[in-house]
Amino acid sequence: MIQREAEKIFETRELNVNMGPQHPATHGVLRLVLDIDGETIVKVTPYVGYLHRGIEKLGESLSYFQALPLTDRMDYVSAMSNNIGYCVAVEKLFGIEAPERAKFIRTMVGEMSRIANHLLWLATHALDIGAMTVFLYCFREREWILELYEMICGARLTVTYPRIGGVRNDISQEFLDSLYKFTEEFPSRVLEYETLIDQNRIWLRRTKGIGVISAEEAVNWGMTGPTLRGSGVPYDIRKHMPYDAYDKVEFDVPIGTEGDTYDRYRCRMLEMRQSNKIIRQCIEKLPLGPVMADAPKFTLPPKDYILKDMEHLIHQFMLITKGPIVPEGEIYVATEVPKGELGFYFVSDGSGKPYRMRVRAPSFIHAGCLPRLCVGHLVADVIAAIGTIDIVLGECDR
Amino acid sequence: MAVTEVRISIHPDGLSPKDIAEKIKEQFPDQVVDITEFRDQVAVIVKRDNIVEICRYLHDDPHLSLDHLQDITAVDYLNKKDVRFEVVYNLYSIRYHHKIRIRAQVPENDPEIDSVVPIWVGANWHERECFDMFGIVFSGHPDLRRILLPEDWEGHPLRKDYPLEGPEPDKDWPGFTEVLKRSKELREFEWEG
Repeated sequence: MIQREAEKIFETRELNVNMGPQHPATHGVLRLVLDIDGETIVKVTPYVGYLHRGIEKLGESLSYFQALPLTDRMDYVSAMSNNIGYCVAVEKLFGIEAPERAKFIRTMVGEMSRIANHLLWLATHALDIGAMTVFLYCFREREWILELYEMICGARLTVTYPRIGGVRNDISQEFLDSLYKFTEEFPSRVLEYETLIDQNRIWLRRTKGIGVISAEEAVNWGMTGPTLRGSGVPYDIRKHMPYDAYDKVEFDVPIGTEGDTYDRYRCRMLEMRQSNKIIRQCIEKLPLGPVMADAPKFTLPPKDYILKDMEHLIHQFMLITKGPIVPEGEIYVATEVPKGELGFYFVSDGSGKPYRMRVRAPSFIHAGCLPRLCVGHLVADVIAAIGTIDIVLGECDR
Repeated sequence: MAVTEVRISIHPDGLSPKDIAEKIKEQFPDQVVDITEFRDQVAVIVKRDNIVEICRYLHDDPHLSLDHLQDITAVDYLNKKDVRFEVVYNLYSIRYHHKIRIRAQVPENDPEIDSVVPIWVGANWHERECFDMFGIVFSGHPDLRRILLPEDWEGHPLRKDYPLEGPEPDKDWPGFTEVLKRSKELREFEWEG
């Protein structure tokens, strides 16, 4: 009787809730419009573009060398990997190859950036879900990596250390020593995070069975990286289309079975250990030699050569004023950045600037998957879903 | 433990991109305009009319199984080619480790092409971005709106005839002028000092 009376007064209807763009759990400026029925999500509509800076259009107006620093500003959490992706793509377009030592250094710093990215991801993901303790532990190790970055290039976040045809400068023995010390210490630190959350009942309840996506569906949605591997698809570009020195180091690819938030978390944790292993191998196998390709028509010569040598001065002048003479053609090169597949598609018309520069950003595609992952769950699980796909809006909006 | 670590090896039945291009030509002889190759990457230039059939063939054929849509984008060849736009599809097979690029020609006076969302759901946002940046209409798309730019934006920035600084660099975006106007109105309620 009372219930019937109550139904007369309070009618139930779907509610439209706006989440973001200034919401701390959206990892940037992502706006979601949630249609909710009670606590259950009926529909999610993401709105992106708040950080759109037109990097593709800018890239088309700059020469190949000038567009490199723009790539740091896409995924500012793992700038190193973005630089490497750009350099690998442009090198393939130019038809040059980086020397062996540079390849190993790039693999090394690329894996460092993967660890740094996954640490930041774990810190914020755990913070969003409510495991606050992990945050500072993760930042302790991330800080260590950023200090190592500072040792090699002087910058901490927007590094621009890899260059077209190699890396900017050689690394010192002092750096290698401290990096080796890091790799010795790091596996025990990963264990530390795991003791905090791996068997934690709240963590399990918040992640197991949340945002489940099957393998076929995940491929169909265009997911890549750990987000896809959590569903059990062994797709890793480092293995499928090896670039840099990835065909010379040994590592395994962790894959999940359930395709839920917990499996994706486990994949990333194991990936950090694999990255650590790769760094170790790179230090051990690091060959001697130059760090820039010997291709004067395509790479900028070292400064002291320019001051002494007429030839190099001419090359420098031509490269800066006109840009390199690139053969006409088009190329799509993908690299495995921490978030997934970062692809660069270049169309060259034979001038010093790319005719078309396209960035295939993993965050953009993953943000598009959000409606699929959230529907049917509770409002609180939206936060877990945003965390598990690991997006950075700077890369999403470009 | 549910999560395991695996070794990945190359599938023996993978095809070279040239073979895939030949297969497409065999299947759709009157649709293929040209086949180009550059640095071991092969692109098949096709007409836009049967793009969905071509993509469905590539996706469903058991020997091709190009299930991973890496990217959809467009290129504006203003004054460079007879047909102004080309929509570019980069496809990859996770099973067989082979890839191919499809380029569909889209003319300037009628920039329209069929959507491939029924084949790859992930194409949704790619096509929206293409529409946003190039003004190419994907017919059959479930939700074709602007994605990165505001809804009231005029023009399509990645077209080659769109200037880098915008058509009117001195003029602010209307949304911004609105904010400025509003902040001026509210200034009288500001705190003193």
